[in-house]
Amino acid sequence: MMDANQSSRIRKRLTRWALNVALFIAMAIICLPGLWIVLNSLRPTVEIMAKPPVWIPRELNFDAYVAMFSGVGAGGIPVLDYFRNSIIIATTSTVIALAVGMAGGYAFARYRFRGKSGWFIGLMLTRTVPGIALSLPLFFLYARLGIIDTHFGLILAYVAMNVPFTIWLIDGFFRQVPKDLSEAAQIDGCTRWQAFWRVEFPLARPGIASAGIFAFLTAWNEFALASQLTRSTNSKTLPVGLLDYTAEFTIDWRGMCALAVVMIVPALLLTYAVQKHLVSGLTSGAIKG
Amino acid sequence: MKPWRLPPHLLLLLPAVLILAAIVVIPLGLSLWSSFTPFRLTRPDTMYDFIGLRNYARLLGDAQFWSAFGRTVLLLTVALNLEMVLGLGLALLIERASRGQRILRTIMMFPMMFSPVLVGFQFKFMFNDNVGLVNNALQSLGLTDRAIPWLIDQNLAFISIMVAEIWSSTAVFAIFILAGLMAMPRDPLEAARVDGCTPWQTFRYVTWPFLMPFAFIAMTIRSLDVARAYDIIKIMTDGGPARRTEVLWTLISRTAYSDARMGMANAMAYIAILLSIAFTLIFFRQLSKARSQIAAEW
Repeated sequence: MMDANQSSRIRKRLTRWALNVALFIAMAIICLPGLWIVLNSLRPTVEIMAKPPVWIPRELNFDAYVAMFSGVGAGGIPVLDYFRNSIIIATTSTVIALAVGMAGGYAFARYRFRGKSGWFIGLMLTRTVPGIALSLPLFFLYARLGIIDTHFGLILAYVAMNVPFTIWLIDGFFRQVPKDLSEAAQIDGCTRWQAFWRVEFPLARPGIASAGIFAFLTAWNEFALASQLTRSTNSKTLPVGLLDYTAEFTIDWRGMCALAVVMIVPALLLTYAVQKHLVSGLTSGAIKG
Repeated sequence: MKPWRLPPHLLLLLPAVLILAAIVVIPLGLSLWSSFTPFRLTRPDTMYDFIGLRNYARLLGDAQFWSAFGRTVLLLTVALNLEMVLGLGLALLIERASRGQRILRTIMMFPMMFSPVLVGFQFKFMFNDNVGLVNNALQSLGLTDRAIPWLIDQNLAFISIMVAEIWSSTAVFAIFILAGLMAMPRDPLEAARVDGCTPWQTFRYVTWPFLMPFAFIAMTIRSLDVARAYDIIKIMTDGGPARRTEVLWTLISRTAYSDARMGMANAMAYIAILLSIAFTLIFFRQLSKARSQIAAEW
């Protein structure tokens, strides 16, 4: 009896150990690539290229960042231009996508109409068109309209890209707001519009904010369309700018890592802010259909 | 009589429909038309030269195209399934962790923030045969004395791409399955234990059926955006070596922008679009099936 107890206790402890080790390995695999990038942005190129490899860095400095921001002549790339383009394009397209998405999401969450699920799937399907496939006709159209290599062109494209997903998310968040609330407000004399602004919108606001951040990140990270629809510092975004560090046969690994860090930090902060709402919006939209 | 007005739901949907029509639907109509022409960017007048299905007919007999097509389907099937299994494992591990769940969840979402281009560069760097982390580690540990040509050997290159793809997207599955785990009622689990189920039986017949819709949401979301893999492949190998990692999307971009054969590229693009739509529709259907199952049980 004593024996059985003890062996079961030992087995329990062993499983706990094994699970912790597995968890640790999984986390290490998730984190290592990012840490590797950060580390290499701080090391001199000689050390990155060293054979046999240098595991414990002997010298860490911010030279790569300094070089990157010191302009085209001094071995840098026009990173400030790219940064500005990325910010302008991602922010504007997010604001527009949110406005359009809120209207659409509200329609799906609060109205019954014929062919509703058909409309919904139809909107979603526009999102499945691969960026590279969409870039062919857009490239041609934009060239005709003369909006290639402009902020306007990319903003339009990103709004279209983000709208289906924002609608899905915002639909989910409006569903979580009980219908009775807005009905009560309307009985108390609000118009539907007032009920929306005073009651439903504030309640769904955290969710809408996360939809916005999600849209922002999509635009911030997009490459397939941006690589074809931009040409110069007029509109090139950071993901396209990353290619500036590659030449025909060589890659400036250190500079690239530094730019990667510049790209990832805003994304990291924003994602951290939304993590909670993102999942709840998507699941409530999809499950309680 | 009241003048006719647009019903409110249509009015609300109008902006979305307009913008999607202008940026997606009409351009796709244009690309459908040009897939029936020998359109070349260098000779705009070829746009009006209707040749019927000749582009598609040529694609049907094009071995290069079909191997890219097969590889795309293979990549998607293997990657999506592995991501689901790994995401499930990760979610279960995190759910069982006694401490620090919040921080673990945050770390888990880490790869989702990486732009796919960045993922491509990062893994190109790590799998570099000369200065990459993987080879450095293997050599320092004495596991191999030569440099393994990760991105140069055709099979290894495909595997490397798969690793990058899985690294970047497993989180999507993990988050949703974790959300499902946390929303799960405890009573059925207790009941299963009292009735003497083994942990496996409990998982198979109690936990998994509950989690399934969550896994399908993740699948649907992923399938909306599978072509993101283009960015990764474009950066890591650009279809090489010797076109052994060529997928539909890299083939399209090469045909369109390097060879300037827009008509042909549009024909390929149409096939790629139909493929994505097929993937998404399958998962939407699964999702609604899982949803009605949940509605019946709850």
